[in-house]
Amino acid sequence: MHSVVCIKQVPDSAQIRVHPVTNTIMRQGVPAIINPYDLFALEEALRLKDRLGGTVTVVTMGPPMAEAALRKCLSYGADDAILVSDRAFAGSDTLATSYALAATIRQIMARQPVDLIFTGKQTIDGDTAQVGPGIAKRLDYQLLTYVSRIVEVDLARKEIVVERRAEGGVQLLKTATPCLITLLEGINEMRFGDLEDLFRAARYDLQVWNREAAGIDEVEMIGLKGSPTVVSKVFAPRPRAQRAQIIETQDSEPRNLAATLLAKVFTQHPKLEKEIAKRAI
Amino acid sequence: MSEQPKKPARKKVELDPRFASYRHVWVFIENERGQVHSVSWELLGEGRKLADRLGVELCGVVMAAPGERGREICREAFHYGADKCYLVQADVLRDYRNEPYTKALTDLVNAYQPEILMLGASTLGRDLAGSVATTLATGLTADCTELAIEEGGRNLAATRPTFGGSLLCTIMTQRHRPQMATVRPRVMSMPEPDPVRSGEIVEVPFSMFESDIVTKVLDFIADDTRDKPNLPFADIIVAGGRGLKKPENFQLVWDLAKVLGAEVGASRPVVQAGWVDLDRQVGQSGKTVRPKLYIAAGISGAIQHRVGMDGADVIIAINSDPNAPIFDFAHFGIVGNAMTILPALTEAFRAQLAQSRKAG
Amino acid sequence: MSEKFDVIVVGAGMAGNAAAYTLAKGGLKVLQIERGETPGSKNVQGAILYSDAIERIIPDFRETAPLERHLVEQRVWILDEASYVGSTYRSEDFNKPPYNRYTIIRAHFDQWFSKKAQEAGALTICETTVSELLLDGKRVVGVRTDRKGGEIYADAVILADGVNSRLATKAGFHPEIKPKDVALAVKEIHFLPQETIEARFNIGEEEGVVIEMAGKITQGMMGTGFLYTNKESITLGIGCMLSDFKTQKTTPYELLDKMKQHPAIAPLIAGGEMKEYAAHLIPEGGYNAVPQVFGDGWLMAGDAAMFVNGIHREGSNLAMTTGMLAAQTLIELKAAGKSFSTANLAKYKAKLDDSFVMKDLLKYRRMPDIFHKNKQFFTTYPELLSKAAQSLIRVDGIDKKTKEKEIKKSFVASRSVFGLIGDAFKLWRAVE
Repeated sequence: MHSVVCIKQVPDSAQIRVHPVTNTIMRQGVPAIINPYDLFALEEALRLKDRLGGTVTVVTMGPPMAEAALRKCLSYGADDAILVSDRAFAGSDTLATSYALAATIRQIMARQPVDLIFTGKQTIDGDTAQVGPGIAKRLDYQLLTYVSRIVEVDLARKEIVVERRAEGGVQLLKTATPCLITLLEGINEMRFGDLEDLFRAARYDLQVWNREAAGIDEVEMIGLKGSPTVVSKVFAPRPRAQRAQIIETQDSEPRNLAATLLAKVFTQHPKLEKEIAKRAI
Repeated sequence: MSEQPKKPARKKVELDPRFASYRHVWVFIENERGQVHSVSWELLGEGRKLADRLGVELCGVVMAAPGERGREICREAFHYGADKCYLVQADVLRDYRNEPYTKALTDLVNAYQPEILMLGASTLGRDLAGSVATTLATGLTADCTELAIEEGGRNLAATRPTFGGSLLCTIMTQRHRPQMATVRPRVMSMPEPDPVRSGEIVEVPFSMFESDIVTKVLDFIADDTRDKPNLPFADIIVAGGRGLKKPENFQLVWDLAKVLGAEVGASRPVVQAGWVDLDRQVGQSGKTVRPKLYIAAGISGAIQHRVGMDGADVIIAINSDPNAPIFDFAHFGIVGNAMTILPALTEAFRAQLAQSRKAG
Repeated sequence: MSEKFDVIVVGAGMAGNAAAYTLAKGGLKVLQIERGETPGSKNVQGAILYSDAIERIIPDFRETAPLERHLVEQRVWILDEASYVGSTYRSEDFNKPPYNRYTIIRAHFDQWFSKKAQEAGALTICETTVSELLLDGKRVVGVRTDRKGGEIYADAVILADGVNSRLATKAGFHPEIKPKDVALAVKEIHFLPQETIEARFNIGEEEGVVIEMAGKITQGMMGTGFLYTNKESITLGIGCMLSDFKTQKTTPYELLDKMKQHPAIAPLIAGGEMKEYAAHLIPEGGYNAVPQVFGDGWLMAGDAAMFVNGIHREGSNLAMTTGMLAAQTLIELKAAGKSFSTANLAKYKAKLDDSFVMKDLLKYRRMPDIFHKNKQFFTTYPELLSKAAQSLIRVDGIDKKTKEKEIKKSFVASRSVFGLIGDAFKLWRAVE
């Protein structure tokens, strides 16, 4: 069985801040990490490999530094990694990205059949959850999103059964492989790789594909040209007209602070007092 | 390296002439088993404003199996502001599956050509939107917090958080149609339904053979909703973040919530760390809430979290960092250690309530 | 793990990278094991790089290494409550390439250094902790890691795993470090726009300033503070002897907080955004705290062996140099067909003694003890100096001769003549 896992290296968004004076984005010292949602996808692929044998190939479209993310995936146990990197991809939105990745996967399939494609639910820097569905559409594969559990894979019959998180419940779905699955977060825990995996990751001769190697001829489908959405402006959130009223007391004693806070809040919001009174124990 | 905020594009990008005649604002009315997801009504409220601004119709798209209240849902959509509803009924639409829904919606779009198409950012909505946008090769902006029509034009200006939530960005789809956008539940306010309002139902045939559809629904297991938190509709929420330092300290949040009869929420980092369940996450990639009172303890207030809760009527923030962004938009704040302030607040509220009970 | 190596280097900080690079370049098969997620992730940010040390290892480092600013100005401040007496040295000589000292961000630099070692042929793995040394009797034959399949054998192991080397303590090579031999330092990085930094410190693009501080900021404890300018941030920190923290019951963060409010310092960091905070132990015991640094099949380098010259705040250059010397020792022995026995590895100690490393440590060996026992240098003197300076500088109608007499009187009243002579003697002893 051969699975392809698409990952993305992203800035650790929890650490990005806006400079309070100049309003610019401060990205110094923000480490790049593997999009946390992708790790659930990778671990699920590795678990399937444990069960059914085969190999796992990790792919990412990114700048040269995304190599570190791929090696990390190898250290968890992935077998192969491909970095698709080209200046022509700059400015790609999700439509252009899914185009590039779909083309890449077709190239991979030309060498070795692919049974399943895994992606994370969304990225922490884009949050759109659009690339997975986009890739599935372009490859004309069935799409299963928000999968919480892979129940069964029958390689001979090319069938897969999954549990999918839906509103108000869980769907049990069966579909044909190859298909694309986006995984829900929190469904598994990434393993601690073996020493052998670490050695292999450090020594792996990483394949870097440019646009041509990825089989992309139509340049107007990638980069800015291939991106219908464009960012027209970036700005800091409007400050609220008034900053918070900071409660202070002489002694900074928690008890007094709490009492002062309550007094102030209820004076300014009498309805709130009633609201709380009616519901509490 | 620091970057200057991007300036608006100087060159006017022209709409591809193929789409010149695309008109009207559409909202996908998500429904399953006869129940409408409330985000659809919130989107109609927003869609109404956009349609009025553009001088066009607001249309609902209802897809369901026969016998699932299709026409009733259309009528409800009129109450919430729609002028017209496209009703697609077919057996293959009984349970949500990507394939038939994508085909039905894209066929509908190609036939009736809306300029704007909005969907709720639910699991269904996100699944469907990505496939439809790719099929139509058009632009899709996800999780929008604000929608408006640009000054002096017809383009949709879709605003959403970016760069991990530190900033907001406005995204436009200038050359293609329809301009697609998804919005999370509770981000837009729920409009008041007008029971007198009515509109036009357009029934659109859709045929797709079950035998042609690859994915089959084997079962649907409904959630056990007892004991499940309902943050989006909670009136009082107490939430905790990384400032609490240790998972054991999160108990202080539960304690305060108990006294207030409040729901418990949390920021993304502590959910990721496993301190509480995912369904308690408040924020851009969690739940959007609109309570009367939101108490945030040990939460910095980065925009990822902010967009999930800044619609609250009263926000009280407790944080040891006086420069924490949360103090920029909270109503009240205490600069201090949440571990000592929370118990003090719990006691203070307890005393307050005991007093009111005695009085009342 | 069946694969065997010539040398295993534990740690990918300054000492570890220097050793791994040198070994790989020397043709030995080397495995480097780092505990952190990436090389440098466990090393505290914001530091000074000494060109001399790195040049001996990678002569053309300037071409590719991530360097913040080269230092053109050094300020030394003795702070009182709300004032300071200081001296500044600035020279255009420091502005002529090749530059002598740079500020660096450790996470970036260590990653670059490690990449160089890997390019030279070292195999580096991260997020792996060496839990113990594998011994055959008293001889070190390899390491055990926390990964599955995690026992690896080698002919020698270089311990470069930092100040609190559990590995060395566990194997009995090294006694537990004593609080009086280490300082606990905390530092913060504050981000400011490049132009603001340059305007405030009166420097041009790429030029940098370092401010070394002592005095009341350490509240009577033995320690120092510092401030470095990076490209778009300022690193400032303060550290005191761990033993002093234990007796005084102040926390390092309280010290740092107060220091940031000092009127001389606050304006320099005003408007900055504090983005990182880190605490670290720094070896300060000097010569007398250096343990046995070699044995049967093992060598120790860097902070693990307490190679830090506290008074000059030199640690990274000693780490690099000792890592390099350890590697060279192994290369030479292997080339001569000799084993890595204790007797043969004594060569390492000989190299150390011959280098500035031991020579400088020897020179300042009395410093730690003297400062421990003479806290007046951190309290009384700063105050006296401050008052003296103020008195002389202030124009208030009193004649200078009277002022000088008053100053002398204040010194004598505070320390007595014997005390003053004694203090001068101690200072002389400390540096001799």
